[in-house]
This record gives sequence, C-alpha cells and structure tokens, in this order.
Amino acid sequence: MSASTPLIQVQNMTHGYNMAGETMTVLKNLSFTIDFGEFVAIIGPSGSGKSTLMNMLGCLDVSDEGSYLLDGQEVRKLSDNKLAVIRNEKIGFIFQNFNLLPKLSAVENVELPLIYRGLSHRERRETAQQALLKVGLEERMHHRPSELSGGQQQRVAIARAMAGSPPILLADEPTGALDTRTGQEVMQMIRELNEQGHTIILITHDLEIAKQAKRIIRIQDGNLVEDRRNAR
Amino acid sequence: MKLFQSMRMALKSIYSSKVRAFLTMLGIIIGVSSVIILVSVGQGTTSQITEQLNGLGTNQLTVNITGRGATTSLTYEEALALGDIEGIENVAPVISGNVTAKHNTENVSVTVEGITPSYEDVKDFHVQSGRFLLDIDTEYRQKVALIGTGTAEDLFGTDDPVGQKVQLNGISYKIVGLLEAKGSSLSGSNDDILLIPIATAERQLKSKGVRSITIATTSADTVATVKDKLESTLDAKFNYADNAFSVFDSQEMLETVNSTTATLSMALAGIAGISLFVGGIGIMNIMIVSVNERTREIGIRKAIGAKKLDILAQFMIESIVLSGLGGVIGVGIGVAGSWLLGKYTSLTVSIAWDMVLISFVFSLLIGVIFGMMPANKAARLRPIHALRNE
Repeated sequence: MSASTPLIQVQNMTHGYNMAGETMTVLKNLSFTIDFGEFVAIIGPSGSGKSTLMNMLGCLDVSDEGSYLLDGQEVRKLSDNKLAVIRNEKIGFIFQNFNLLPKLSAVENVELPLIYRGLSHRERRETAQQALLKVGLEERMHHRPSELSGGQQQRVAIARAMAGSPPILLADEPTGALDTRTGQEVMQMIRELNEQGHTIILITHDLEIAKQAKRIIRIQDGNLVEDRRNAR
Repeated sequence: MKLFQSMRMALKSIYSSKVRAFLTMLGIIIGVSSVIILVSVGQGTTSQITEQLNGLGTNQLTVNITGRGATTSLTYEEALALGDIEGIENVAPVISGNVTAKHNTENVSVTVEGITPSYEDVKDFHVQSGRFLLDIDTEYRQKVALIGTGTAEDLFGTDDPVGQKVQLNGISYKIVGLLEAKGSSLSGSNDDILLIPIATAERQLKSKGVRSITIATTSADTVATVKDKLESTLDAKFNYADNAFSVFDSQEMLETVNSTTATLSMALAGIAGISLFVGGIGIMNIMIVSVNERTREIGIRKAIGAKKLDILAQFMIESIVLSGLGGVIGVGIGVAGSWLLGKYTSLTVSIAWDMVLISFVFSLLIGVIFGMMPANKAARLRPIHALRNE
C-alpha cells in the first residue's frame, strides 16, 4: 500500500443485466477514485444502480466492461478464489439487514471472517472479543442475534466487518432497518471508525445520512451525476 | 480452513436440528443395523451346519443299502471287497439295529452297530480305555463290545465299564473298551452306542448282510471320482435295480450348503445395498433442502471470504458426518441386536465383524456420493444471488 496510488480506482465501469431478452444497462461508464481514509457516501434513488455498484466495489460481482483497480490490483482479472481472498482481507461488509448467522453467537459471528483467513481458535477469539469490546457489546458476547436488538445486531455486524481490520468498510444502508435514534448511534460509530483511519463507503438513498460523510457521489440511472466534498 | 474447524461447524449445524438429522440418518441406521443382524444370524447358522457336516468327515462316503430285486443285500465280505476300488483307503461295513442292553437292574434301549476294526480309522472312533475290536473277534464271533460314554453312564454310572458284562437281548457280552466322547452330529448322538464285531452282530440282530458302509477315500479331492466308480460297481452287483442303494457324500452336502449360503449372502447384500441406497437418497434430499434453506448463509459466508472449496467442504463434511453418524448408530444397534438375539433366542449368532466394517465404510461412502451434488450446488452459488435471497 503506497499513499500515492488511490485505494479504489474505477474507470469506465459499465454493467448490464439480461432481462427478458433485453439488456438493461445499470452502470454506465462510471469513473472515480477513492483514497485511503476517505468517508464517501454513494447516494441515489432506488433503481439508480447504486446496489450494483456496491456489489462491484465489494468484489461480489465483476463488471462487464471498464477497469476496477483495488489497491493497485485489477479485480476483473481475478479468479473466484482470489476475489474471496480480497473480500476477506480488504473489505468489511455492513448490510442493511445485518446478515448475521442466526445459529451462531455474537462472538462466533464476529469470528467468521477470521476462520476463513485461517487464524487459530485462540487468535480468533481474542480478536473477536476486542472488536465486540470496541462496539460496546462485551456483555452480549454469547447471545444469539435473535436475543439482541436491531441496533445491537448492527453493532455485531460492524464488529464482524472490522475484526479483520480491512482497509475498506462497505456499508449498504446500515441504518435502513433501524429507528432514527439507534440509526444515529450506528452512524456515530461509523464516523468514529473513519476517524480511526478506516476508509468508509456508505451506500444510501437518504440524504440526511449521506450528509454525515465527507464526500458524496450521486448516481442516477447508472450515471455519476455529482461528486462533491461535504462541508460538514 | 482446517478440517477440524469444518467438522465442528458441521456437528454444530447437525446438532441445531436434531430431529431432522435423526430422521435423515434413519435410513442408514436401519440399513446398517439390519445388514449386521441378518448376516450375523446367517453366519452363525451356516457355521453350525458346516461344523456338523465336517464332523461327518470330508473324505467320507456313506452307502446305505436298501436292497431291491434279486439281490437284497451285501455280505460283509462283499462290502470289504469294495476296498479294491482305486482311491478307496478303507471300508467300514456296518450292520446296525436296536437292542435292550441290561446290566444288573439298569435297562436301556441302545443302538448296536456290528463293525470291523477298520471302523476305528474310517469313523475316527477311538477307545479311551481298554482296547478296540480286532480281526480275531470277528473271525471267532466273539461276544465282546465297545461302549459309548453315554450308554456307559446310563448302565454303569461312574463305575469303569471295561471288563464288565452287559446283556444284549439276554445274551451276555464282555465290554473290552470305552469309546471317547464324540458329541452329536446330524445323525444324532454318537455316544449312546454299543459296537460289537460284525459277524457277531449278524446273529445278534438276525440280519443278513450289510446295511450301511462307510468308506474313506485317500483324500477329499477324490471323493467325487470314487463315488462314480462305487456307484457303477454297486449297480452291477444289484443288477441295475432302482433305489437299491444310495451313496451319501458329506463333501457334496457341504458344497450345497455353501452355495446356498453364498446365494443367501448375495441376497442379503442386495437388500442391504438397496436400503443403504435409499438412505443415501434421504441424505441427498435433506442436503438439497438444507442448501436451499441456507442460501443466505452461503451468501454471507462467501461475502466475508469463504472460498468455493470452503463451502464445498462444509456441506460435504456435513453429509459425511450425517451418514457416518448414522453408520455408527447402525453398527451399535446391529451389534447389540445380534448379541441379544444370540443370548435370548435359540438362534446361533456369530457377529459378522467384517460386515460391521464394510457397512460402516459403505455408509461413509454414501455420504460422499450423495453429498457431492448438494455440496457442489452450494459451492457454485454466486454471492450476490445468494445474498439477495430472502
């Protein structure tokens, strides 16, 4: 990682889906870069293509055309297994509906990415406990998701996302399933993570949420229509 | 990801749906346990029959003479002359009948066999005390007898019978030897018996001619050829009358039993195979359902860094653990069931340990084969599709 190359470099990214025999272009020729330590909100109405963009940035899918350099590496050329390694090591996901495994306890959920990284049981447990401590859930370590409130579940998900200390945190409508107050708490936590040096990409349709980011990229109909710094 | 970790994850997932896991394993459990019990009972019975047949000797032929037409029987001299046929080592003609044996106040009905000294080698009967019958006893029609342990106990209790007198239908015989205990074979107890010289027996039993001849061949391999020669010789003697005699061959009987057993084993293996196959389909069925149900879980795992192989391993191990666990429970029930059957019923059961191993390995294999398809399906799910699934 060198500071001179941007963390994320998207160039002419184009992607479409086949729907009933017709190709629908969802991303049209997108280009932007994101540096280390940024806090970027990608905003757009539903159907604008922001979810597809998130899948691309999160290496869950690969675009039809264009290039996506992540930390200087061309993602489109990588095999499925290499993509899995990148998702594991470079990206932490925070989903709207938390996506915790219901049969595992909080600490086991947080351990999950570390299992796939091949850490020993003891290392995993320690790291996971540290992460849960950071989000203030050390008391609820052995509770299952169903025994936690929505806000607590999202905090577990945040702990899981940052347990492996990936450079990028990718949050997809992290407050979408929460009430305003707990949503604010979660946003507060995300801002703090950014202050600690994590690069954060926040995907949302809510301008109020997006305003808390330092930079806003607006997507409409698959086009990048606005990219501005936020004077908070 | 380490194997041990995968195993723990699989066990956890199975443990979290115990009833379903048990029902899934039921097919394998029933298959494995029934195979073990059936084969154990089958083996026990077969070994019992084989043992009894082997007790008759594997290089022996028994000729029973029923007599038809002009010639109705063989004299014992004629019977002894059969020993000239190539491949025959020894001939023991027997005249048998039942008499009442009496000593002091004890009365028993007992089988008497008139024999020649060759009987000792051919039938493998030996004396434990005293002496066996000699040629001279036959020549002079001596009234001497050998006594079986069963009859000796009936007549003399714990006293030594050798040298004592016994009345057979009122005629007095001197006991010269006590036979070794032989146990019982297919033809009944071998110990409730009296043996007397064949010439003496002709008069005692008022029976002209030999009723039964036991023949020892030089080896077990020549039994079949000797049997053919013997039959043609006897056919000539009885003027080709039908049913004048029959030749019994323990070797042939053994082969019949063995081939019956082999067929039976094949049938059992077939049934076992089918029930295990059905069990395997049950596992595949549940695994497919499980993969569908857990599409989201697979998506989450993939999003946070699980590789194809990790997911494949997870579901394969789950299916193998399911079938292996079913196998272990099946083996437990099978062995316990066989043991109980052997202990509490009259069935002879010998637990088929090779079958225990085979059926367990087979159940693991079922897990591998029938887990492959669902696991592969899971591994190939694309993370975005899996995540979108609600």
